[in-house]
Amino acid sequence: MKTTRWAIGAFAVVATLGLSACGSGFSGGATKQDSSKPLTVLIGSSGAAETAAVKSAVADWSKKSGTKATVQVASDLNQQLAQGFSSGKPADVFYLSTDQLATYATNGSLLAYGDSLKNKSDFYPALVKAFTLNNKFYCAPKDFSTLQLIINTSKWQAAGLTDADIPTTWDQLSAVAKKLTSGGTTGLVMGGEYARMGAFMVQAGGNIVNSDNTKATADSAGNVTALDYIKQNLQQGSFALAADVGAGWGGEAFGKQLGAMTVEGNWIAGAMKADFPDVQYRAVPLPKGPEGAGTLQFTNCWGVAADSANTQGAQDLIAQLTSTSDQLAFAKAFGVLPSIQSAASEFRTAYPELVPFLNGVDYAKTPPTAKGSADVVADLNSKLAQLKSQDPATVLAATQKNLAPLYK
Amino acid sequence: MANASAPRRIRSGQALSGWLFTAPVLLILGVFLLVPVLMAAWVSVSDWTGRGSPFASGVNLVGGDNYARLTSGGGLAASDFGTSLKNNLWYVILVVPTQTALALGLALLVNRRVLRGRGFFRTAYYFPSVTSSVAITVLWLFLFSTTGAVNAVIAALGGSGPNWFNDPNGLFHFGAQQGPEFLTANTTLGVSWWDWLGGPSVAMTAFILLAVFTTSGTFMLLFLAALQNLSAEVEEAAEVDGAGSWQRFWRVTFPQLRPALFTVITLGLIGSWQVFDQIAVGSQGEPGKTTLTPAYLSYQNSFGQNEWGAGAAIAFILFAIIIVFTVIQRLVLTERTISNAKAQRIRRAYADAGRGPASGRRGGAS
Repeated sequence: MKTTRWAIGAFAVVATLGLSACGSGFSGGATKQDSSKPLTVLIGSSGAAETAAVKSAVADWSKKSGTKATVQVASDLNQQLAQGFSSGKPADVFYLSTDQLATYATNGSLLAYGDSLKNKSDFYPALVKAFTLNNKFYCAPKDFSTLQLIINTSKWQAAGLTDADIPTTWDQLSAVAKKLTSGGTTGLVMGGEYARMGAFMVQAGGNIVNSDNTKATADSAGNVTALDYIKQNLQQGSFALAADVGAGWGGEAFGKQLGAMTVEGNWIAGAMKADFPDVQYRAVPLPKGPEGAGTLQFTNCWGVAADSANTQGAQDLIAQLTSTSDQLAFAKAFGVLPSIQSAASEFRTAYPELVPFLNGVDYAKTPPTAKGSADVVADLNSKLAQLKSQDPATVLAATQKNLAPLYK
Repeated sequence: MANASAPRRIRSGQALSGWLFTAPVLLILGVFLLVPVLMAAWVSVSDWTGRGSPFASGVNLVGGDNYARLTSGGGLAASDFGTSLKNNLWYVILVVPTQTALALGLALLVNRRVLRGRGFFRTAYYFPSVTSSVAITVLWLFLFSTTGAVNAVIAALGGSGPNWFNDPNGLFHFGAQQGPEFLTANTTLGVSWWDWLGGPSVAMTAFILLAVFTTSGTFMLLFLAALQNLSAEVEEAAEVDGAGSWQRFWRVTFPQLRPALFTVITLGLIGSWQVFDQIAVGSQGEPGKTTLTPAYLSYQNSFGQNEWGAGAAIAFILFAIIIVFTVIQRLVLTERTISNAKAQRIRRAYADAGRGPASGRRGGAS
């Protein structure tokens, strides 16, 4: 009796293992290439406008090349990418951010196709650098964004300020922020995170990594200067953090007129048009710090999965998606900055209000890209959100301790 | 039944059909539970990077490395894990007793025969439990926003409410920003003693209230079922013996609820150690990582950072913690026969008084 029971039990375990093996495929191995295989494009969309623009661009290519391609909009891009790679059936083409690059490059999920791009030299060098790891240029930059200063022009005029008052130094920024603070409005409201405050670090000659992204420099003197400056203004009440005024991000605080200025990227244009069409605003360059102009740049690339069955088709599609005409169409649809220099002059004439963001690429720095750096930045953010009551040097020293091991 | 071999034959036939009938469930449980658990166990001791199968040839056994990185080493992984344990421990300490007491209280209220509209109250109290946790978390975000209803009520009462979901200050720090040296300098699991003692953050307190609000209805139902199962005779007998209502509850009703209490506390412990959806929807661990929980950290490690080994290891440590807590409360709540010495004493005392229970009878609740 007992043996039968064990035999049945053992059979059940083997059967279930066998069944699940059929489902997921336990074996590895290279994927056979077939240039007619349909492609899947996985994107993390900012909204309906972006989805429609990407879908129409992909459909155009599909019609021209005869290869079927479908666009999927991820609700959580990182999670869906991770699921794809672990199941061995990833999307062929996908958005990939700089902080995920190292993770997927080191485990071999990514195809390093960048060096074979025909228009490689047309991409801004800073963006190529952001997607280069161990001397391999992994993927084509899709577009980019930089941070600049956004000003509410009605509040600006109401406070008796003119174009001549647009701040070019930190002291001038503090002065206008103080003038603009009144009633329920704070002079400058920004997100309490590295991805905003980092711009001030760059202006003070710092950043939490060096420009080559090869060394952690979180505890450098410039970073302390920058955080001290922001902290001081927070304490004086002429700066505030978005969360402290009950807003989800700087743009929301700005749109609700809880802040007369904010530090945000070019994506704010879309948000203002959709949610706060009545607020008059303009973008101007961030003021220069003790070490000159500085901002942060954010970029995504078109990643290609190493396990894709049609990597040639994927690269052809990307060549089309990064072409001048497609990038200008994307800029028109959802306000991104083209990643190629040949689209710049046309962009400048078509979108003069976004020119300060485009000019930022000349002096912008990239956030850290090492594997695990997203965790360290998240930890730093949790402290920057409380900057008012924190000691900048202590916060940065802790970040340095966490970041340094990632660059060994 | 006359011959000995007949029942055996029937039984073996029954066994076969028994296996046959349970086979579909066993198979489903195997595929969706046993195999994933075994795979996760393997991932937690491997260096799998999240590409392809964890059983492929390139994946190596790394032993306890993933576990060691979480529990020692002083890195970010260890301090994150320590912080999540601290957060969740306070959550459990405050949620489980509160929800159990509240559920019992509500059950007693709606169990009263004289209460008008009992059906309405039973439904009303149970309502938060059947609402989707995502919907109710979003509702909570609105209620507890800076300018939300809760702060409006506090303001109307003359106080000023905190910025709930953005306030990382520990409840038991009472606004103090810096603790004494001996508390801040010493750390356990990468978290300073000062932080361990700080209690839940204001943000976590809002989640604690949410958990109590949503779960006490469910547990009220369990208590209510148990209460309706109690025989009225025992209660009446106690009343005849002259027990007051307070005595009747603590000495007669409450001891009889012990099985229900065990179920409620066990389910409460498991549920509150595994808190995930409220965090994922409401705060993602912010502010200041004070609402980070092991379940959410495990997800974040695996799907966000591709640290599958660490993510799986957290899940197994969490499993161990839940088992330990359940065993402890099982020991505490278990029904005990009173010791021989104590029984002797009671018998002697009764004998002296001239009346006594039959010798050798088991004692009741201690």
